[in-house]
Amino acid sequence: MGTKRTTSFYVLSFVFAAFLIFLYGPMFCVYLLSFQGPEGGMSFPMRGFSTVWFETLFTAGGRGVGDIHNSFIRSLRLGAIVALLTMLIGLAVGMSFRRRYPGGNFVFYSAIVSMIVPGIFVGFGISLTLNMLGMRPQWWYSGIGAQLTWSLPFAMLIMFIILGRMDKSYEEAATDLGANSFQRFQYVILPLILPGVIGMFMAGFTSSYEEAARAGLNIGTGNTMPMELTGLLGAATTPVMFAVGTLTTLFMFTMVIVTLLASWSLAKRRQLRLTAHHA
Amino acid sequence: MKIDTDFNAKNLMPEAEPPVEDGATKYDVELVAVSKSYDGGAKAVDTISLRIPKASYCCLLGPSGCGKTTTLRMLAGHESVTDGDVLIHNRNVTDGAPSARGTSMMFQSYALFPHLSALDNAAFSLKIKGVKKAERHAKAMEFLKLVQMDHLAHRMPAQLSGGQQQRVALARSLITRPKVLLLDEPLSALDPFLRVLMRTELKRIQTELGITFVHVTHSQEEALALSDLVVVMSDGQIMQAGSARDVFEKPSNAFVAKFIGGHNVIDVEGRKVSVRADKCRIVQSVGGTNIPAEVTNIEYQGPMVRILVKDSDGKEYHAQISDSRFFADPPVIGEKVTFSWMPEDEWRLAA
Repeated sequence: MGTKRTTSFYVLSFVFAAFLIFLYGPMFCVYLLSFQGPEGGMSFPMRGFSTVWFETLFTAGGRGVGDIHNSFIRSLRLGAIVALLTMLIGLAVGMSFRRRYPGGNFVFYSAIVSMIVPGIFVGFGISLTLNMLGMRPQWWYSGIGAQLTWSLPFAMLIMFIILGRMDKSYEEAATDLGANSFQRFQYVILPLILPGVIGMFMAGFTSSYEEAARAGLNIGTGNTMPMELTGLLGAATTPVMFAVGTLTTLFMFTMVIVTLLASWSLAKRRQLRLTAHHA
Repeated sequence: MKIDTDFNAKNLMPEAEPPVEDGATKYDVELVAVSKSYDGGAKAVDTISLRIPKASYCCLLGPSGCGKTTTLRMLAGHESVTDGDVLIHNRNVTDGAPSARGTSMMFQSYALFPHLSALDNAAFSLKIKGVKKAERHAKAMEFLKLVQMDHLAHRMPAQLSGGQQQRVALARSLITRPKVLLLDEPLSALDPFLRVLMRTELKRIQTELGITFVHVTHSQEEALALSDLVVVMSDGQIMQAGSARDVFEKPSNAFVAKFIGGHNVIDVEGRKVSVRADKCRIVQSVGGTNIPAEVTNIEYQGPMVRILVKDSDGKEYHAQISDSRFFADPPVIGEKVTFSWMPEDEWRLAA
């Protein structure tokens, strides 16, 4: 230590600090305001400190809460299915790119394009097409399909990075030792890319949970969380929505921590199995 | 580096096959006019034919891009053969799956599965075959013992040094009881000290098991030290295949003489000859051919000293002389000397 810090250090520190404030500052305001006193409003100052807005949220037919409970369940259900499909399809797409095949580039670029086109028009387009076909949108096909156009490109990129880093000679070694393609996948490739596969699931879930632009017109009856929140926030008069913000953040953090703990215990169990051999 | 006396490595290998009537099993590996080209382009391997006798140590030697690794990978079945046939133990395996050929490959990077312990890596092929856990671990332990890695059987690859990883990779390959073991630059990732140690080890294991090893290398020193059969390759073709001594003493052409090292390639009366550097003399003429030259560099190599000289046309030669002879009358850089050799030391090269 003791080296003199350059100007660029201070400039970059300032930019980083500004980033932190922009990211977490408003969130902390939301968290803080969710503990607003019963007499308080939707902005500062705080008038006392209470959990009354959380209680309102969990009271059946609470004022300003709308259909939030059901929309949470719907979002959860949709997210879980989208995450699972994203993981499975992403895995298959990634594996298919282990070998070059004609049309491979087309598949790749058309998937990337889906990250660029504005979501609202993707959603509108799907809805319009369904209309022309005389079909009614339902969450379990058009809703899921619309969200997959958003989550799959990310899954594909995750797989490309993970598989691109994997030494091809692992597969050749497995083949050399007699493994067929299924055994190769089961015993060698999957264990090596497992963190990435879990990553795809998480990316699928988070991108579905907060997505409304594509799903909005295609979900059929019954709002999801982001749709319900957008509606409620427009007409909100009490800090009850802030309580939703606090809880949903807590929920996402829990998801992340559970995932991390799961992968950690997976590694730990492997280690334990090895130590057991030692004894 | 001794193994237990009650541990007979040969027991780990397949039963000797009954001899075939026509006696063609004199060879473990035969390549018949084998070629490899990619997308119809230039040939990476161009119509090579080669026979590797039973239980021999064969080195494929050549510079980068000469086709030696491609040849090995075609033997292993990891690269398709464009033209020609590959025979192993007199059986045509040209289109056979890698694991059905009786070969096993040791990869340059070792390719140990990072999520499996040394023991599970070694036992991998048995797991694939459906061998019960206790049985396959016992068997894997035997092979780890052969490569002196049984004491580290429960380590993960990341916890092993390069040399240790290589031993595990060797055990993992040998447990498949290959007729031919294929090694892709097995020593190139090791430091020089370990390289010499592992070289000895590879030769010991090959001798003990009595199977053929095909070893790809770009080090002539490695090839000469290990091989029963040295195959020098360049531009997808075999330049020379023969015993280490033959290749060194009687290089077939200028490429081999230069690549194998320790030779001067000289034009004598319009034809190319090679003269071993250790047969050349500096200062005192040995009679024979004399060239006036100037010393440009001196490399001390322990028992020998290598002296580089340049004649008036700027052509370079080198001589290797014993240290005692060198220090009796050491030339210095820039000194005018006579570079000479005896006509009987000239070896005529193919044009």
